[in-house]
Amino acid sequence: MSNWALIFYCGIITYLTRFSMIALIKKEMFNDRIREILSFVPSAIFPAIIFPAIFIDNSGLFQIENNPKIIAAIIATIIGVVTRSIIATIFSGLASYWFLIFLV
Amino acid sequence: MDSNFKIFLKGIRDVSPLMIPVVPFGLIFGVLAIDVGFTPIQTMGMSLIVFGGASQIVLLQLFSGGASSLVIISSVGAVNSRHLLYGAVVSEHLSDLKLVWKIIISYFLIDQAFAISNEYLKKNKNRNRYFHLVGGGATCWVIWQSTTFFGIILGASIPEELGLSFAVPLTFLALLVNDFRKLINIFVIIVSGAVATFGYNYIPFKAYVIVAALSGLITAIILTKKKKLYE
Repeated sequence: MSNWALIFYCGIITYLTRFSMIALIKKEMFNDRIREILSFVPSAIFPAIIFPAIFIDNSGLFQIENNPKIIAAIIATIIGVVTRSIIATIFSGLASYWFLIFLV
Repeated sequence: MDSNFKIFLKGIRDVSPLMIPVVPFGLIFGVLAIDVGFTPIQTMGMSLIVFGGASQIVLLQLFSGGASSLVIISSVGAVNSRHLLYGAVVSEHLSDLKLVWKIIISYFLIDQAFAISNEYLKKNKNRNRYFHLVGGGATCWVIWQSTTFFGIILGASIPEELGLSFAVPLTFLALLVNDFRKLINIFVIIVSGAVATFGYNYIPFKAYVIVAALSGLITAIILTKKKKLYE
């Protein structure tokens, strides 16, 4: 599939997630239980991106020793939970990562 | 009743604080898209056509890992499935609108605009209250497109040694900081993360994102049910 086709299909599916409920479905069809489960979608899907990006190196190997990304991610998590700030989380993680790879 | 334009402006004002984190997010997206091999025009096209930050970065991540198109498209759909919830919540406020307005507003139904307009729509019952959502969405649109553009320009000048791709997990981590305070969410996060990490090399077609997300959701379904039994 060409890059443009990929972008186009991703756009269509994204648009449909936004449009379908507004256009087709009445609010009553969405009970509290479904709403509760959908609220867990970020917690269910984002770690699937986060964890492999931290624990698996470029060659696809699991890496737990000498891995500055683990320490940086832990620092970022602590800063994030304390400050609740998106920017503070990202930059504390990047800063500690750079500190570990360039200075330590 | 306030004029349409006044409500539109109020949407812009209300959403502005939420735009601060979108700036680095957009820059990172632009930089990474060039890095993994999309052309500047394709990168810009992605921000215009998809217009969903988290899903666009997931797209890049899977694309650079060599995932198949089908896996990429379904992962983008899975990441954006939270919009189903937003749509269902705001639909009651939009039910009187003409179809053409529903088509336009759907394009702007993004996390930040939903977050601020949901509050406004609940408190205000004026007929033109949906202009608030359009104002918030349009603001985010301008920020997202312009930061993508600057990211594309910056991309060429950022050295590889900086390891900027590490910004991807950090960005998603940042979106979860509030969930780390809730016990069930922590379980869901650990299950999903563990399945993705250990399934990374074994689940075919790079479908580990989907498998991990489903495992996380099943965990959520079981734990929330258990919690109710004890209440």
